[in-house]
Amino acid sequence: MTSEWPLWEIFIRSQHGLAHKHAGSLHAPDAEMAVKNARDVYTRRNEGVSIWVVKSSDIVASCPGDREALFDPASSKVYRHPTFFPMPDEVKHI
Amino acid sequence: MDDDPILFQYLLRLGDSPLILAQQLGAWVGKGPALEEDIALTNVGLDLLGQARLWLTCAGEVEARLGGAGRSEDELAFTRDGGEFRNLLLVEQPNGSYADTMARQFLFDTWHLLALRALLPSRDARVAAIADKAAREVAYHVERSGDWVVRLGDGTPESHARMQAAIDGLWMYTGEMFVPDAVELALIDAGVAADVRALEAPWRRHVDAVLAEATLSVPQNGWMQGGGGRGGKQGVHTEHLGHLLAEMQFLQRAYPDAQW
Repeated sequence: MTSEWPLWEIFIRSQHGLAHKHAGSLHAPDAEMAVKNARDVYTRRNEGVSIWVVKSSDIVASCPGDREALFDPASSKVYRHPTFFPMPDEVKHI
Repeated sequence: MDDDPILFQYLLRLGDSPLILAQQLGAWVGKGPALEEDIALTNVGLDLLGQARLWLTCAGEVEARLGGAGRSEDELAFTRDGGEFRNLLLVEQPNGSYADTMARQFLFDTWHLLALRALLPSRDARVAAIADKAAREVAYHVERSGDWVVRLGDGTPESHARMQAAIDGLWMYTGEMFVPDAVELALIDAGVAADVRALEAPWRRHVDAVLAEATLSVPQNGWMQGGGGRGGKQGVHTEHLGHLLAEMQFLQRAYPDAQW
């Protein structure tokens, strides 16, 4: 039976978290049941205040084979990190 | 009301139905149709077990105040015989298929939530407090079991036929839920118990709506088991309860006070 149910990716926003974070995946017959199953599988220890479910097949992912082309060019560009500005001592939280 | 022996009886009724249903759901552990369902159903079972513990602990305290044995929750759960159990007949019906289990759950959950909410204004503060905690859990149970009635009823021809058969087979056990006997009537007058007579109309509204969405037909009201005041609430049970208790109570009966 499980093999006939689509797979869903579950995102949970925790008590103090601002963004939903990927918690895992599960099978469910439809979106409503996926939310309920997510509640039972991933929030039974009071982990969350909000749940998103997304059909796994709807996620478009980058291809591992494209890693060099996508990410390597960024590794040599340290000037993109804002660490070259002198900051006054009075400025906090930077 | 603390010293009233009928309050003890009433608390057993409130506690025994969730206790027996929790035991039934426990039998599904590891056998659910999918891992996710297995966990979800177990969560519901554990909610019900937690509620049963609160009601039975409260019953034991009332029994102690009456000068009786003052039994613990464990003694009440594991050392009473079938005739002393006060659960509804509905919850002791066999698990059967997943449709049978979900139909039983749906018919009970719908009643359970209404009954718990009717207990919120109870004059007994402990009864009101336990009902409040339980009602929050049961509000979710009702949604989940209703979802399954709709999905199986409005599913394949086979799941539809099985769900319809399950509803039809269990219908005769729903009547006693709305018939108060002398115990309940006295406590209703005292402002302690839920007036179950007032629950039938809203129960039917919800059940009718869900069955309609599930493309299932509502059975005709015929002969109701226990509806004449001799049913689960009075300790007159179907043949299933004894088998269930044999399994549930075996350990405490064979090894009294066993701990691990």
